[in-house]
Amino acid sequence: MSLRSRLGRARDAFAGHLGGVRSGAVVDAAAWDALEDALILADVGVATTADLLRRVRERADSLAVDRPEVVLDLLKEELVTRLGAADRGLASGGAPSVWLFVGVNGAGKTTTIGKLGRRQVEAGKKVVFAAGDTFRAAAVHQLELWGERAGASVVRGAEGADPGSVVFDAVEHAAASGADLVLADTAGRVHTSGNLMDELSKVRRVAEKGAGTVTETLLVLDATTGQNGLVQARRFTEAAGVTGVVLTKLDGSSRGGIVVAVQEALGIPVKLVGVGEGPGDLVDFDPAEFVDALFDLDDDDRSGACSTA
Amino acid sequence: MFDGLTVRFDRILRQIRGRGRLGPEEIDEILGEIRVALLEADVNLEVVRTFQRRIRERALGAELGGVLNPGQQVVRIVLDEMTAVLGGETVRLAYASRPPTVVLLAGLQGSGKTTAAAKLARWFKAQGRNPLLIGADLQRPAAVEQLRTLGDRIGVPVFSEATDPTAVAREGRAEAVRLGRDIVICDTAGRLAIDDDLMDEVGEISAVLRPDHTLLVVDAMTGQDAANVALAFHARLDIDAVVLTKLDGDARGGAALSIREVVGRPIAFASTGEGLDDLEVFHPDRMASRILGMGDLETLIEKVETTFEKQQAEEAAARMLDGRFTLDDFLDQIRHLRKMGPLSSTMGMVPGMAQQMRGVDAEIDERRVDRLEGIINSMTVAERVDAGLIDGSRRARIAVGSGVQPSEVAQLVRQFREMRRLMKQIDGRGSRARGGRKGRGSKARGTKGRKGGRTTPSGPIPVGRSAKSGLSLPGLGGDREGSAPDLFGIRQPE
Repeated sequence: MSLRSRLGRARDAFAGHLGGVRSGAVVDAAAWDALEDALILADVGVATTADLLRRVRERADSLAVDRPEVVLDLLKEELVTRLGAADRGLASGGAPSVWLFVGVNGAGKTTTIGKLGRRQVEAGKKVVFAAGDTFRAAAVHQLELWGERAGASVVRGAEGADPGSVVFDAVEHAAASGADLVLADTAGRVHTSGNLMDELSKVRRVAEKGAGTVTETLLVLDATTGQNGLVQARRFTEAAGVTGVVLTKLDGSSRGGIVVAVQEALGIPVKLVGVGEGPGDLVDFDPAEFVDALFDLDDDDRSGACSTA
Repeated sequence: MFDGLTVRFDRILRQIRGRGRLGPEEIDEILGEIRVALLEADVNLEVVRTFQRRIRERALGAELGGVLNPGQQVVRIVLDEMTAVLGGETVRLAYASRPPTVVLLAGLQGSGKTTAAAKLARWFKAQGRNPLLIGADLQRPAAVEQLRTLGDRIGVPVFSEATDPTAVAREGRAEAVRLGRDIVICDTAGRLAIDDDLMDEVGEISAVLRPDHTLLVVDAMTGQDAANVALAFHARLDIDAVVLTKLDGDARGGAALSIREVVGRPIAFASTGEGLDDLEVFHPDRMASRILGMGDLETLIEKVETTFEKQQAEEAAARMLDGRFTLDDFLDQIRHLRKMGPLSSTMGMVPGMAQQMRGVDAEIDERRVDRLEGIINSMTVAERVDAGLIDGSRRARIAVGSGVQPSEVAQLVRQFREMRRLMKQIDGRGSRARGGRKGRGSKARGTKGRKGGRTTPSGPIPVGRSAKSGLSLPGLGGDREGSAPDLFGIRQPE
């Protein structure tokens, strides 16, 4: 299933606001306002929205175009440009490579590891899960269940163990058993907690003390997150050097517009998107497809789409 | 909490304060700023519009021309409207006449339902009730195990079985009756999409459970979608109130405003930390003043009171605002404050602190308190009284004594000084506000003397008359009806 069809709900919610724009003869002041509303409702943010539309307006003026479909194309183009041609591959290169997962509570880190682990095992990699969330009750058990499903071995520590040591042990275990990849879970933490962010920095450092190399630090971001997502991305980047975003739960009515600001302000690309509850519902992020999916509203799509909440 | 909005309003209101008269254009400009502030706080776009419209109507309407100048009037209106949106009353969940009182929790995935269930159980237990938790989230791997672990920690039994959610709910309720538990709290699986099947499932659970209260758990970091989510759940479950989670972060929590306005249901509880006792009854009437940067002295005082003896409470508040600390006091305060909850959220309740604390927030981190304690304990009495004595060699000795690096000692001293400096600034504000009660008749006096800084001699705040009325820090909170909050510091002591 394509990202686009999976994003039916998100697209529909967004495109619904654009119906009026499309049906008009020209893009007038009211239509510009509607575009602004649509972007704000998608959590793109006031500043980013204003900036986006200013740029699109300039281009529309300089090209002397005011037909809705052309202006919308310009807007799409602008969004795709801003999302950029970043490298969205997941880097490996250690023996083993370590991918560290960070984020606030409830973002979906453990689930993402489960899904991604399965993908990597299916791709022929030997994968170890590091149960570094030693805080949340039963998080380790949750990861173990995912490990069984995915065919990955799980390294865990004692209850309340130091997360750094768990990750270190997992890396050692992976190196000794010839595994390619360690997916390291961490406890969810609110990014305003200085000591917990320090702890994360330490986990990141300790993960490289042995044979392993941290080649990805992935920020798991809930697609319903509003403007606070940008602050989160900034703080987690300061603490652990985030290399990419995993946008989860995008199959709700959530739109994930904050990733535009995250990419722009911090240059951190979205690498993966969680679009469903099934183990296979973690897909690569493709900006063109993402933006298209937000804007395209042909009749076929519309008939299959649910109404917005 | 709500820091961002507080800071923004602080700035906007300072601009307004400087102006003598406001025309429609100026009002629109202010409204524009308010719009941006609210949108950045993730308040729903439609709610922002409604809010703007109401303020505009009232600001341009006949109310202008009273004793307050127009700038003051706008502030007043903004405050009123925010209070109106947030709702006036603290929600109290009524207990069922025939126990058990049944509470159903629903919400999106990752909103924090399981943790909220345990915190709520602990809260009820602290009220002298006997809760039972039902784990009806059979979907997320290990969710029931998580609930059982949390239940063990707080000493509350957990019922679940590997059947289906509806059966678990039914059996759980029966179990509560059998065991004579008077509160039932049911955790359910997180819904991801607004998915009909999943909504049907929670609908069936609700039908079986016949809850007295259905609470929607909402992440404070939620963006524009919060209102839609709440509407969708409300349509199916007829929710009674909301539990707002993760308010310990710096999310501005616009969801609180949005949901109140769109669904008409109040926020009953707010979760403000990772500890199982970090759940507070949500005080909507206090939020508006907090958002407006006026602080939330009522909450602060209440927390102080429940933690300290009354006498200590009075001293503590006076000292905090007084800013005359020694390192001993500093340690003392930190130990006490620690009992009240996260330091940053406690500090945010002091007027003006929300903004002041932004810079130092990260450095006052609870789990470092142990180290701070060690460092201060390694100082001599003289050093604790006068931190200025601490030179290089003393620093080295203290570092050795407490097993830290000398740089950490230096950092502590620096942090302590910074805090003391901030406290003094706050005290300046407190002093101005102090005249508020007596000066009520002089509202129209204008802005004379506003720039003058401290207007009363420094010294401990003469704290309140009775414990019941809190510490009666004048002009801020307390009897809102009687005394308008002194937003401008214009009411001087007679």
